[in-house]
Amino acid sequence: MIRFDQVTKQYSSSARPALNSVTLEILKGEFVFLVGASGSGKSSFLRLVLKEENPSRGQIHVLGQELGRLANRKVPLFRRNLGVVFQDFRLLPQKTVFANVAFSLQVIGRSKGFIQEAVPDVLKMVGLAGKASRFPHELSGGEQQRVAIARAIVNRPAILLADEPTGNLDPSTSAGIMTLLERISTSGTTVIMATHDAGIVDQMQRRVIELVSGQVVRDERQGGYQTQSISVTGSGANL
Amino acid sequence: MSEVGTGLRRNVSMVISVILVTFISLTFVGAAILLQSQIGQMKGYWYDRAQVAVYFCTASSDIGNCDLVEATQEQKDLVEAQLTSTTLAPLIDRFEFEDHDQAFARYQEQFSDNEFADFVTPDFLNEAYWVNLKDPTQSDALVESLTGFAGVEEVKDQRKYLDPIFAALNAASITAIGIAGLMLVAAVLLISTTIRLSAFSRRKELGIMRLVGASNRFIQTPFIIEGVIAALIGSVLAAGAVLAIVKFFVQGYLGSTIQTTTAFIGMGDALLVAPILIGIGVVLAAASASVAISRYLKV
Repeated sequence: MIRFDQVTKQYSSSARPALNSVTLEILKGEFVFLVGASGSGKSSFLRLVLKEENPSRGQIHVLGQELGRLANRKVPLFRRNLGVVFQDFRLLPQKTVFANVAFSLQVIGRSKGFIQEAVPDVLKMVGLAGKASRFPHELSGGEQQRVAIARAIVNRPAILLADEPTGNLDPSTSAGIMTLLERISTSGTTVIMATHDAGIVDQMQRRVIELVSGQVVRDERQGGYQTQSISVTGSGANL
Repeated sequence: MSEVGTGLRRNVSMVISVILVTFISLTFVGAAILLQSQIGQMKGYWYDRAQVAVYFCTASSDIGNCDLVEATQEQKDLVEAQLTSTTLAPLIDRFEFEDHDQAFARYQEQFSDNEFADFVTPDFLNEAYWVNLKDPTQSDALVESLTGFAGVEEVKDQRKYLDPIFAALNAASITAIGIAGLMLVAAVLLISTTIRLSAFSRRKELGIMRLVGASNRFIQTPFIIEGVIAALIGSVLAAGAVLAIVKFFVQGYLGSTIQTTTAFIGMGDALLVAPILIGIGVVLAAASASVAISRYLKV
């Protein structure tokens, strides 16, 4: 589903690479936590998967496509297979909940009929059935993040990328969001979540990939936030 | 489409300045084109009538080869022989001889309201061959080959009298083109700034559009239409201005005050220029808007 092969990402502004020779593979339907300190390369990883950036070295395969060979004009089409959620929600403040979710379908040219059916469905799934006509500022943080998740999954993407989706939320609200993400994962969507939230990672007991200074130092099935055993799979980890 | 409307409303002052700048710059472009075609028409008109005159000596002239002696019939025959010779004949459309009396009649007609006309007698006026060339630009050959002939006072290309006028008109039209060029640069920069502003105020939407995979064309189109609409209004105004200039200034004012036989450009020329102006406006706007917005499309 996602394969990184000796991927290095070097930004021109810094001497140290953001990602250093990362090799890993994520399979269909997996739920993966990406942990590590700020600046460890988590966001760079997600941006590379989205092809917002190109790697300095190495190859990235996503959904059977080698991103290096993907023409720029085909990137929009490629991104329709990916959903993204951010810490700061990124909703459009002047649009209602319904319009925010519908917007992402309108701009990829979905029909009105499809939108009228798909948006209420997905709002029901994220638990916002009665709030379609509210505006983002009338909602709580958790509810806003649910809108963002609804927007990310309404087009039924194969992969959901979440960059610290619970970063702005209190623990109980976060738990609700995690339940939702888990439900999305069980329906077959690959979920990759970058997070600092140790409690969530420990509780969920899913695959954990830990990055330190751009290198994979741990890749553990059913791991916790803290290193329990150093069981490195894949190369590129030479600490 | 509704997005285009919001975009245009959101920065009204910028849009108005785009309209004004395209309006003025394209009016200059139009004026330059019309001036050029006016010059072309005048050249065609006057050059057709411009002749080369071979003036013969009179008893009162000591210019050129003359020595206060009237040109003899032999000398005139020699010039005529040269005009019909194989070297010059191919260049010449037709020529005719004008004797003292004919020259006097023409002089009195042209200067009827001039006091000097009363003092001039036929003897003062040169006899001449009036030569119409097939190609007026080749008058030099005629001038060179006939100037040295005995009994010839001067060989004069009338076209030379017109050249300063055309040079002045040409300079005016080049100036207009120069101003038009500068204004067009300003228009292009203004359009791209306006589009950038518009894109900046919508950067959140643009970010989400790119994230969910909206195609570049989908993202671009409203901005390009926005620029094109503003420029279109400006260029339609410019086309209107050009039509008005021709109708009221050239045909109305010049046509009635300058009562000569000069041919002026007509509405036909103006109607030809109008679509050119609108085309330039639209193409420039579309190009500069798409360049401006492309920065927001980089993946």
